[in-house]
Amino acid sequence: MPVNYLPTSAEYLRVLPEIILTLAGTFIMLLEGVFGQKGGGQKSIFFPFSLLSLIAALLASVAAYGDPGPAFQNMLVVDGFATFFRVLVIGVGILAVFSSADYLRRENSRGGEFYALILFSIVGQSIMAAANELIMIFIGLEISSIASYILAGYLRDDPRNNESALKYFLLGSFATAFLLYGVAWIYGSTGSTNLIDIRRALLNGHEPLGLVTTAAALIFVGLAFKISAAPFQSWAPDVYQGAPAPVTAFLSVGPKAAAFAILIRVFMTAFGPITTAWLPIVWGVALATMTVGNFAAILQSNIKRLLAYSSIAHAGYVLVAVTAHSGEGSAAAMFYLAAYAFTNIGAFAVVTYFARKGERYTGVDDFAGLAQRQPAMAAMLSIFLLSLIGVPLTGGFFGKFYIFKAALDANLVWLTVLGLLNSAVAAYYYLRILVVMYFREPGEASDNLPPAGMPLQITVYGSAIGTLALGIFPSWVLEFASKAALR
Amino acid sequence: MTLLDTVLFLPLVGFFLLLLVPRNNPQASRMTALLVSVFVFAASLGLIAPYWFAAPTGWQFEHNAPWISYPPIRYHVAIDGLSLWLVLLSTLLTPIAVLVSWKHIDHRVKEFFAFLILLEFGLIGVFVSLDLFLFYVFWEVSLVPMYFLVGVWGHERRIYAAVKFFLYTMAGSVLMLAAIIYLYNKSGTFDYSAILSQLQTGRLAFDARTQLLLFLAFFGAFAIKVPLFPLHTWLPDAHVEAPTAGSLMLASVMLKMGTYGLVRYCLPLFPESAHDSAPWIAALAIIGIIYGALVALVQPNMKKLVAYSSVSHLGFVVLGIFSFTQQGLDGAVYQMLNHGISTGALFMLVGYMYERRHSLEIAAYGGVATPAPNLAVVFLITTLASIGLPMLNNFVGEYLVLQGTAQANFTWVVFAALGVILSACYMLWLYQRAFYGKASESLSHHMSDLTPREWAAIIPLLVLMVWMGTFTQTFLPPISSQNAQILQQSQPAARVALNAR
Repeated sequence: MPVNYLPTSAEYLRVLPEIILTLAGTFIMLLEGVFGQKGGGQKSIFFPFSLLSLIAALLASVAAYGDPGPAFQNMLVVDGFATFFRVLVIGVGILAVFSSADYLRRENSRGGEFYALILFSIVGQSIMAAANELIMIFIGLEISSIASYILAGYLRDDPRNNESALKYFLLGSFATAFLLYGVAWIYGSTGSTNLIDIRRALLNGHEPLGLVTTAAALIFVGLAFKISAAPFQSWAPDVYQGAPAPVTAFLSVGPKAAAFAILIRVFMTAFGPITTAWLPIVWGVALATMTVGNFAAILQSNIKRLLAYSSIAHAGYVLVAVTAHSGEGSAAAMFYLAAYAFTNIGAFAVVTYFARKGERYTGVDDFAGLAQRQPAMAAMLSIFLLSLIGVPLTGGFFGKFYIFKAALDANLVWLTVLGLLNSAVAAYYYLRILVVMYFREPGEASDNLPPAGMPLQITVYGSAIGTLALGIFPSWVLEFASKAALR
Repeated sequence: MTLLDTVLFLPLVGFFLLLLVPRNNPQASRMTALLVSVFVFAASLGLIAPYWFAAPTGWQFEHNAPWISYPPIRYHVAIDGLSLWLVLLSTLLTPIAVLVSWKHIDHRVKEFFAFLILLEFGLIGVFVSLDLFLFYVFWEVSLVPMYFLVGVWGHERRIYAAVKFFLYTMAGSVLMLAAIIYLYNKSGTFDYSAILSQLQTGRLAFDARTQLLLFLAFFGAFAIKVPLFPLHTWLPDAHVEAPTAGSLMLASVMLKMGTYGLVRYCLPLFPESAHDSAPWIAALAIIGIIYGALVALVQPNMKKLVAYSSVSHLGFVVLGIFSFTQQGLDGAVYQMLNHGISTGALFMLVGYMYERRHSLEIAAYGGVATPAPNLAVVFLITTLASIGLPMLNNFVGEYLVLQGTAQANFTWVVFAALGVILSACYMLWLYQRAFYGKASESLSHHMSDLTPREWAAIIPLLVLMVWMGTFTQTFLPPISSQNAQILQQSQPAARVALNAR
């Protein structure tokens, strides 16, 4: 009987979010020539349009979960895990669009392409979340990355943007090459690119372990670049510092969460049978990433750079959860990424607001006295910083708590102790921002701060509510994560 | 909803009320803070009711409700004879701290009182939590407002002091968090009573090394907070730089979080390790007693002097706890309250003097008794209380500690008693230099006597000094009966016998 290659309607429903976002992005690109104008803030028609399409995609991903299963010959799979990450990256997209509107108006930049690129990037991440197959993973990664490269250099007259985009592009492509090379090795040794088939093949144990381990290592290197894990983290600070602030917010959360989704899915399912081979590597990388990120962050004087190193450190915490290699570990990683998404987007939104035109004010010292000039914004940034430190009643705390709980469950006592000590070190540099905001007298930089625009306020307050909600009532998200976690 | 819930959450309500008060009306913030804190204190008096005619052991005003479904974290709060007075100490000192800051704090008034009231919420929470996780949450939550109180409204080196305070405490508490998670993984619950009963029935048991590590993780967090020598270095900085209300809350209540933790968690949960490490800890406590006193002796700065005297006094508390005797433990708990009252009063009085003279150096004073006789009398009473004069509160505590310690190990007492003598030296010498002699012209000009508001703030503490020194029966029975239970729980031999049965 010939195989029927025509997808069923249920399968179309399962990729509906990607379809919606692709169509919306394409539409924006087409209409840009007609309606495009400088200063594409919230007045631009593309702002509500991209928001609506994101909300539609969000609903579509929830609807798709109503009928979970594989799509397109097992290329994609819609399960709880995929849905969690789809909702996460699309939610991040919504917050990013809100925080970009002010920025685009301020920089007097065209809006259409920007929103379209964000949508495309999310399409890629959404595919990554649902990919069940190495080629699909590669395609998703490329869609997401290429859009991100352009976003990082969106203000093309700004040399910092250019540097950022070029660096991101070169190192990113390099990483993708590693990944692709690993995929080739895997295909060569197991004869499949489907994660389930690879797992089955590895369970049989006929494949030479050295070959497969090398492949796993190559794939890990490629993904480690994307999540900015040590020793492949060096691109992150430069890219994060140079890119427009709302883009940095987006980059530090969306692509990273999607890359973690892949990492967890590939290593928990496909490479599950050869755990002993890769676990020590991840252990070491997790520790190195936390330590490098935290200690380098201490020395930073630019807040975007500081948050870049902090995001490296946080990738290290999530890797601890991956090292735990259990259902609880991946649930903890999912929860952590959600909490981190709210926290970091919020923190960067305040930075976006404060930096003003041309991103003049991004020094940590520029924040002096913000608490007296804009107490509400300072209070919100404090919530985000406390969440990054991991103080109770914030999402960041519960994230850390679940991660280290999972790690202790997996008997990773040393990694837990060192990770917790790391988080105490991290308190130092986050506190520095609080010190400057609250304890110093206002300087020149915090004079004449215009009130924040409505969309930006929505991002800031929305993220703060999210951060606190995950800190006070974490059960709801965690229960879903535990149910959906891969084990 | 029990009375305890009301007492716990009223400050949080007050915090949000304060946020609503308009920024440009500082008087309204002050009034709101005062009303809220007085109201909380009035409500907390009701907590004494079960202890008025009896001295029951076990939990009172217990409320146990689910908070987070998985892992099972519960909102489980209650008080017993140990926490009762510490809760009351917190609720009493908060309105006093508000009064003390009335004029002293003149910029960003609203935020100051908001943080102060938030601090009260955290402190009460620490003393009433019976869920280890909840306890940790409050432990950390209380850290944040104190950090801001020191950092924004402190003196010159406030930022250094605030950051040091935060990092020290944070470093200690992350290890405690690891231990809490480990306990959960082994026992399946965060509930204090449940873990305790699992330990006692032998369902949960650790080998000696694991127990020691767990004990040390908890002990480290508490020892930093107490602070025990050699982890005390954050304390003088924080105290000297903090505003008066900050020093008051820090010394009187916050340090007690550490000693409370030792009694509540370290002793019953890890009795074998606690007994094994007792000589080492006692040695550190004794070093702290003598070292703190000696350093206090040579301090030219009044606040620093009082801060080092705290190190010395809290050494007594730790010594009493690790004597594992009824008297020692009773004395330790009593001494926690005493120290809160008399050292709190000292910090207030030093604050009063600072407001007048704008200096903390002893050398800037001299002859204060002439222009401000009432201040001098009040300071004298407080000084005498602090050095343990009979009929005043500290005497009772120190005596009980020394008596209990003597039963455990007589050598310890010999050294610890040195601290009592030294405390008389540094306090009386301070008094002599600051209050006696001839007042200079400018000093007389600045040193006005106590105002009615200042009287109102200090009188409750003076009354308590005498009351607690003469009529211990009001306070001691609930402490004693609860301590007897804790001692029984922390007898390693008792558990062995129980297991054998």
